Formats: sequence, C-alpha cells, structure tokens
Amino acid sequence: MHSDAYTFRFAAIVTIVCSVLLAGAATILKPRQIENEKLDMKKNILVSAGIHSEQGEFSRSEITDLYKKYIRKFSVNKEGVSVPEAEAADDKETDVLSLYKYEKDGKISAYIIPVSGKGLWSTIYGYIALGADCNTVEGITFYKHGETPGLGGEISKTWFSDNFKGKQIFDSAGNLVSINVAKGKYTGSEPQHNVDGISGATLTGRGVSHFLKTELEKYKPFFANATHHEGDKE
Amino acid sequence: MSEKFFSKKNMAIFKTPLVDNNPITFQVLGICSALAVTVQMRTALVMSLAVMAVVSLSNVSISMLRKMIPSKIRIIVELTVIATLVILVDQILKAFLFDISKQLSVFVGLIITNCIIMGRAEAFALQNKPWPSFLDGLGNGLGYGWILMTIAFFRELLGSGTFFGFQVIPDSLYAMGYENMGLMVLAPGAFILLGLLVWVQRTITKTVSE
Repeated sequence: MHSDAYTFRFAAIVTIVCSVLLAGAATILKPRQIENEKLDMKKNILVSAGIHSEQGEFSRSEITDLYKKYIRKFSVNKEGVSVPEAEAADDKETDVLSLYKYEKDGKISAYIIPVSGKGLWSTIYGYIALGADCNTVEGITFYKHGETPGLGGEISKTWFSDNFKGKQIFDSAGNLVSINVAKGKYTGSEPQHNVDGISGATLTGRGVSHFLKTELEKYKPFFANATHHEGDKE
Repeated sequence: MSEKFFSKKNMAIFKTPLVDNNPITFQVLGICSALAVTVQMRTALVMSLAVMAVVSLSNVSISMLRKMIPSKIRIIVELTVIATLVILVDQILKAFLFDISKQLSVFVGLIITNCIIMGRAEAFALQNKPWPSFLDGLGNGLGYGWILMTIAFFRELLGSGTFFGFQVIPDSLYAMGYENMGLMVLAPGAFILLGLLVWVQRTITKTVSE
C-alpha cells in the first residue's frame, strides 16, 4: 500500500508530464494547423466560385496561387458602399461586412459572401458565390460544422452543394427570397429558389435556409449598388 | 527477457480479441463509435487506426507504470494517460490529415470515452508486462478495426453505392431503378448489421454468454 504523500507526488508527476507533452505537441503543430485552416478557407472560396484544380485535387501551393490570382477581399459598410481595407480593420465595432470578388480578365465574375449560422448541433460556416448580377448562385460550400457525419454533415458534400448552382436569390419582383432547403425532394412550383434537402437532416437544412436568408439580407444594399453601377457602365 | 517475443502465449494474447473475445461483437463495447463513423470506409479506417494507436500505447504506458500507480487513484491515472494520447492523435490528425479530421469531427475526442481502451488498461495492462500489454492492445485495436471496416463496407456499398469513395454500382443499374438504401446511412442500419455480425460470430465460435 502506498502512502498518501506518495499518491500526491505520483499524481503531480503524471499531471506535469502529460501537460508538458501536450503543450509541446500543441505548440509544435499549431503553425501547421493554422495554415491548414487558412488553406481550407481559401480552397472553399475558390470552390464556391467554381474554380477547379486542373489535377482534380488542389495541391497546397495551387490553392495559394489561384487565390492570389483571382480573389480579392474587400469590405462594405451597412449602406453597401465599399470602404478601404485599413478603415475596415480600424473599427471592428461598426457593421462592416467583408466579402470577396472573383476577377477574371479584368471583369468581375462572382461575389463571394461568407455565411454562417446555426445548424442542428453547431454553427455552420460557408461561402456562397453569386454571379455579377448578384442573383444567380455560382456555387456554395460549407467548410466548418459539427453536424452529424453522414446526415447533416452531408452539407459539405458536392452532391448537396451542386444543387445550389444556377438558383436565384431574388424573385421576379426583386424581393430577396434567398434559397430554401426543402424537406426531402423538392416538388413545389418554385424550383429556382429551392433545393432538395438531405433525408434524415431536416433540421440542419432548416438552419441553412434560415441563416442564408439572414446573411444575404445584410448584403442587400451592396447588391443594389453593385447591380446599379453595372448598369451605369453599359 | 525469459520469454520469447512471439511465444505461443503471446500470440494467443494477440489473437483472441480478433474473434473469440472481440471487443465489439463479444464484449459489446465501443458500440457508439462503431455506429457513428461507419458510414464511409475512409473515416472508419482512420478511426480504427487511431483507436489501435491509442489502445496499444496506453496499454504499454500503463503497464510500465503498473507497479508505481497507487491503487487509490489508478482510474484517474489511466484516464489521464488515455486522454493525453487521444489529444495527441487529434492534434496530429489536424496537422497532417486535415480533411479526414474534419470528417471525424468529435469522434476522435470521444475515443477517450471508448470503454475498450479503459477496459484493457484495467483488465490487462495493470497485471501484465509491457510487451504482452502492447500485443493485447494491438489485438483489441485490430479486433475493433476489422468489425468497423466490415460494417463500413456494407454501409457504404448499400447506402451510397461506393467503395472508399469510388462508385462501384454502375449508372446503368441506377437507370434500371436501383436505389441506394437510405437506412444504411442512418444509425439503425449499423445496428442491424452489427446484430447480424454478432449472430454470425457466435454461431461460428459457438459461444453463448448468459
């Protein structure tokens, strides 16, 4: 039988050894993990805008190159007017919205908007890319979530996100209706605003529908400005 | 070392958990993760490897400490060792297999609560030398892993028509009206498969526990 003092000493040593081990591993691996997360975000921005790798799978350097070449980050205020990057960084408190544009051959090919909101278990993060008309969906990706793998987790799969392509967020009267994830297969009369849901993940789908609408609502003034300016040029 | 590394006794320690005393189908442990990560073979494989690494390493470390661990706090010490290993595995996956770690999400962390690992530490590593403990851990990890892979094989094939993500059911069959079995994607599908496996196993080994 060990004495109490020994028990305490032993517990202290085990704890210290384990914490040193974990702290060490976390510190060593941290830079790579952060890099992975950043790359993953960039990859998702690219994928949502419909930019694909030539080799099928993106390599690490390819993501950085393509991102640098095509994607520009910028910020707009509540009125939808773009603000300089420095100013946006200064006052984090105000409602400055950031988004990305995809420029190809000097023309804007898509606006990429970060979206996030509650699913069933977790906060879901993603990007939705809209064409230069700020209406047609070019693509959507969900890159971070804690939904049930195989059920709600399927939102990050291409079979689900591909359904969004070509859908429209405004109706013919110019109202923002966003895109609704149906329960199961969509059979109604407005296929341009609805996508098929995932069976077994109705609540995740409902969450996605809900936060897509609230997030897109915030960018409404910007959409109005952007399409207006487009008109001026022509 | 008085005993050979691959003596008959040691090999028996390694082999029994594969079938006769399988942690899932015989001891019915680790069911939660067996249901959760077996929708696809890729995730099941990484999960199996992670569990295998954790159970063998935890067995070795606890076996090495077995004479020093005060019996009053042994469960807490075991859990500390296991938790440390699991967090290490999780960190490594996040750094080197980011996509898969995203798919496994919470389940890597939940290896900590996998009864198999705690069970082997309590039942085996505390009484045995490091090498047999390592074999016991490896055997149990493999026993867990092959059941996971078998379930995942059927679930992925019947539920999504794929094998390791590659489509194996031809489009022509879908055109003829074949449909993927939605049940297999859901947890009940895994329950049914697991039940069948337990039945098959017990029929073959003729073991009935009362």
